[in-house]
Formats: sequence, C-alpha cells, structure tokens
Amino acid sequence: MLQQVSQSAAPFAPAVEATELVKDFGETRAVDGVTLAVPKGSIYGLLGPNGAGKTTILRMLIGIIDPSSGTRRVLGQERPLEVAPEVGYLPEERGLYPSMYARDAIAFMGSLRGLPLSEGRRRADELLEEHNLGDWAKKPIRSLSKGMAQTVQLLGTIVHRPRLIVLDEPFAGLDAINQGRLEELIRRETRAGATVIFSTHVIAHAERLCERVAIIAKGRVAFDGRVDEARAKLRPIVRLRTRAAEGPWRSAIPADARRDGEEWVFELPESGPEPLLKVLIDGGAGIETLAIERPGLHDAFVAIAGPSAAEAMGREKVQ
Amino acid sequence: MMRFIRSAFVIARRDFGATVLSKTFIFFLLAPLFPLLMGGVFGSIGARVATQAARPVVAVVSSDKDFDRLSSARSELAQALGEDTMVSLVHYPAEPNLALQKARLLSSRNPPIRAVLTGGIDHPRLTGSVADDPGTLGQLRLVIANARSPGEATPALLPVTNVESSSGSEVRDRALTAQIGQMLLFFFTILLAGMLLSQVIEEKSNKIIEVIAAAIRIDAMFVGKLFAMLAASITGIVVWISAGAVLIQIMKHGGVATLPAPAIGWPGFLALGIIYFAMNYLLLGAAFLTIGAQASTVREVQTMSLPVTFTQMLIFGFASTAIGSPDSPTALAAAIFPLSSPMAMIARAAEDPQWWPQLVAILWQGLWVALIIHFGAMLFRKTVLKSGPQSKWWRLKRA
Repeated sequence: MLQQVSQSAAPFAPAVEATELVKDFGETRAVDGVTLAVPKGSIYGLLGPNGAGKTTILRMLIGIIDPSSGTRRVLGQERPLEVAPEVGYLPEERGLYPSMYARDAIAFMGSLRGLPLSEGRRRADELLEEHNLGDWAKKPIRSLSKGMAQTVQLLGTIVHRPRLIVLDEPFAGLDAINQGRLEELIRRETRAGATVIFSTHVIAHAERLCERVAIIAKGRVAFDGRVDEARAKLRPIVRLRTRAAEGPWRSAIPADARRDGEEWVFELPESGPEPLLKVLIDGGAGIETLAIERPGLHDAFVAIAGPSAAEAMGREKVQ
Repeated sequence: MMRFIRSAFVIARRDFGATVLSKTFIFFLLAPLFPLLMGGVFGSIGARVATQAARPVVAVVSSDKDFDRLSSARSELAQALGEDTMVSLVHYPAEPNLALQKARLLSSRNPPIRAVLTGGIDHPRLTGSVADDPGTLGQLRLVIANARSPGEATPALLPVTNVESSSGSEVRDRALTAQIGQMLLFFFTILLAGMLLSQVIEEKSNKIIEVIAAAIRIDAMFVGKLFAMLAASITGIVVWISAGAVLIQIMKHGGVATLPAPAIGWPGFLALGIIYFAMNYLLLGAAFLTIGAQASTVREVQTMSLPVTFTQMLIFGFASTAIGSPDSPTALAAAIFPLSSPMAMIARAAEDPQWWPQLVAILWQGLWVALIIHFGAMLFRKTVLKSGPQSKWWRLKRA
C-alpha cells in the first residue's frame, strides 16, 4: 500500500504542500492562510517566535488536527494519517512512558508506525549503540537524563526510516553537544533521502541546516523560500572606518547610514563596491578598514518579520 | 480497517503488558482477599455475638429435683426445635435472701443472665429483661409445661427421605445465584472500569498522547485502551474465579459440585458471565474513558466519575428487579435498557434455562457497545488533544 502511495505521487511533487491553511480556535485565528511547499529531500525550517503558529501548522500538516479551511498534501496524500508509516514526528512536548525500557520505547514508537516490534527492537539496539546509549538500552526511561530521554524519543521518531521527518523545536532543552549531534543526525537523514521539516525560534540552527525556510509571524507566512533568497532581500552591509572625518568622500555615504562607534554602517549601493571605492579614494577618505558583509538570516528575519518578532525570538533564546 | 485493528492492537498490547506485567498487578490480583479477610474477621465476631444473643441464659433458682425435671423437659424440646435455638438453663441453689440473690444473678457477667426463674415448677416466677423477648418466654412456658407433664410433648417420629433438591429449594438457590452473579458483575465492572481513567491521565501527563495521535487514529487508541483493560480485567477475573473454585473444592464437602447450579448450567453461566462482563465493561468503560479525556488531573477525574458511579448504582438497582421474576415488565425493561441489560440477563441466566433470550440480548448489547464506542471515540478525539487555554468539557468544538 505504501508503495502504491509512493508511486502515485508525482516524482517531482513537493513532499509537503499546504494551500491557504486556516485554523481557528474559538474566536482566535491561530493560522491565517498559510501556503508553503517543502521540496523532497530538503531540510526545511519554520522560523518564528512562540505563539506564531508553528506548532499548529505542523500539527495540521501531519494530521493531528484538521484545518478549519485550506488543503494539505503530504507525500502525495490529502489525508496525512494515510501516510503515517512514512512519517516521523517529534512533538514539542516530549513524552515517553517512564517505566518502559529505552529500546522498548523506540520499538513502540516504531510499531505505532507499522514497524514490527521485533524489528523495532533490533533497530533500536543499533541506533542506541550508534548514539553511545547502548548501555542504557534495557534501562527504564525514568533512569535516563533529560538529554538521553530526548535522544531516545528522537531515535523513536526515525526508527521506522520515514521519508518525512517533522520535528517541533527539536533543539529545545539540548546542550551544545547534543545540539551538534542532532544537526548531524538531520543532515544524515536527508543524505539518506528523507525530507526534514523542523520548527525553531533559534535562527542559527536554521541558518546552518536549512536550504529553505518559512518565516512565520502572527499565523502567516511572511517569507517562504531559499535561505539565500531571504538574505537577498537585504543589500550587503558596508562597515567603513576612515582616518578623515570630513571631505568630498562623504558624498559616498548614504543619508540613512548610521554610526556604530568609529564605523559607518550602511547598505552597499546598487551600483556595487567599485564606484563606492573610487569615490572614497578620490575623495581622500583615508580608508582604515572596509568590510562588505553578507546579511545573515537574522537580519533577513528582522527585515521580513519585523523588529518586534525578532525581539521576541531573542527573548526566547535567552530564556 | 486492517490498519485500524493493527493500530488498536499496538496500543492494547502496550497497555496490557504495562498493566499485567507490572508488580502492582499482583496487588490487584490479591485485592479480593482483603474484603474476604475483613468479612471473615467481622463475620466470626458477629457470629460469636449472635450466638450469645441467640441463646439467652436463664438462671433457675430451685431444688435439684425441680431443675432436673426442667432440664429434661428442655432437652426434649431441643430435639424438636434445635439445640442452638433453645434457652440455656443454669442451676443455682436457693439462698436465704432471694431478692439479693436475684439482683446478684441479674448483674452477673459470666454467664450473662437474661432472667431468673424462681418458685420451682409449681409456682414459677420469672424476673428479668424479657419484655422484648417473647421467644425466651414462650420456650420457658413450654419447658415448664413439659416438666409438669413429662412425655406429653415428646415430638412425633417423622421419617425423612432427603432429596437433592425440590422446586422450592431450586427457586431459592437460583435466585441466590442470580443475585451473586449480578453483584459480582456490578462490582467487577465498577472497580475495573475505573482503571481506564488513570490510563488516559497517564498518557496526558506523560505527554505521549501527541506522539500516538500523530501516528494512528485516535479512535484506534480509544478502542485499544478499552480492550487492553478488558483483557487485563478478564485475566484477573479468571484468576479469582479459579482460586475461588479451588478454595471451595478444598473447604466445602463435595466441592463446587454442591453449589446451586444456575438454570442454564455452570458452563453456560460462566461463559455468559464473561460475555456480559465484557459488555457491561465496554459500555461503562467507554463512558469512563471519555470522561478521562476531558480531565487533566486525577481530582478532576474523580469529580467527574462520581455522577457516573451513582448512576451505575441506580442502574444496578433497576437490574436487580429482574431477580425472582425474569418475565415481569420491569425485568424485561431492565433487559432491554442497554446499560442494565448485562446485569439483568446474567440474573435471567441463573433462573431461566432458555438460550434464545440470551443470544438476542448479546446481539442487542453488541449493537449498543458499537454505538457507544463510536460516539465515545468521537468525543475522545475532539477533546483529548485540546491545547492552549482549557476549554469547558461541555463545549465540544472541533479541535
């Protein structure tokens, strides 16, 4: 049946498509007309502060809840639960049975997705060994540290080798080492052909991992595209320090340039770096340092989602 | 459909294993021992008190000759009425101060004396607390009368041929079997269906419910949980019934064969008992599981389940009207009303040997089980994954 599903899906169709998804909770509109497309085999990030609607979008995409309106198509199916055996999902609120052994917890999660229990146990042992948790395979979850338990749940998410992996805030609660391991695991799964969608409010993870991102603000998609395209929304930034304070070179400094200590900071003019350099040199600026920086995803996020959303993301990161 | 069944099976296997293979299940299996022990302890105390209360002691202040005649007369009467039901007579020789002796005897603790008989056989006078005890007074009158004219009240010889049962004893025994069957069904269901509540709370507090909901249909989870706990309950019941049968075999002369057989026969009765337990459990369990989905704490669950428990007690009362008269209008109504039907029909199985009403009832109840599970699962799906601000359980908006 799964093979039939795979064959029926168009070969170049996105792994996940959403069109005008809306979700209302009573009087509150949590998601407002979200349209996005996740290419097969890509790592796709949903960026946005808490309350932006990321979790609700993910829940609708994998079929936990139904949209109030709009359509979704997951691995070629309009009813996501039909392809549940090919999907892995890690919810934001982690949950495992405390008295279950680690290997049994992984195998149980696999069995929910159609993997036979014995095969699940065999793969669980392999995965736990790979992640240096082999000694904990027959220990109850309650005896594991929080990081270990999160790893176990993540392994349970991929034990059945899904084609689509959906991770809701997967880095939350992990230390730097485990975050690095998780990033590597995500890359490895995509190398093996899986599509990964994850939500985060930490831009650095998305910047390192994602080929495409959707920036979510107030239940809407403010941007959906490649990370490069997001960055391209902004002009490169020029940071300039000169020996001369005044002179004809000042005509090269745009009116909206700002001072950052001793430096001038402004967007690179559309004419490019060469005319700028010529004016600065000919005008006697006495260039001390000049850097042309490519804008980061954070800068793009600020520009796209607005400073208040960026501030909210910053607060959550600190928390 | 196959996927639904497979998903429900995955949940059922996990829940069944987690319940039956846990150490606490041993306590669960031992649970009926506690009421039995309590019953035994309090029963023996009660029996001793009852024996003392049933056999009042009467002090006889008289000559030895009079007492011997009274004692003989009492023995003759005891043959007819039974030793256990007769008053005890204790002899005391007369003392010079009779009033003082009577007062002392009436305040005696060992033995506790109900009354004092003075004046011998010719002029008997009873002093004591017998105003509310006409039995003692009546027996003493008969004893004295018999002592005055010995031999006149000798019981007639009545040869007896004992038979295994008679229609009178069969009706009584079957009514008792019906009552016991119904009570066991009720108590097992109430006790075991309550376990379902903690199951949902466990899922919610472990936050694993979202993992499950993302992988399988929520109604498959509902059905899986329901049948897992049914299987665990039946495991417990089979252990209890087997242990009970072994106990009866050891302790009762003749073993289980001497128990009053239900009209439909023991094998059929036990099979129907399991089926009706399953039906009753599924009907009530579906309600409890749906309630569990609305609640987020154990306290909320307890508050919500109380009205259901009281309603179930009312239904039990309604079903008990079937005992003794299975064809009466109320008994038929109890058999038709889905929630009381299993209890009414198990009582009927004890008193009526016909199978066809049982088969019709099983089909009828099966239909209602399917309906209630369907609606329960629907409600469960709509409410169990509510996130954000807690909504009132009666506002069943689609999640």
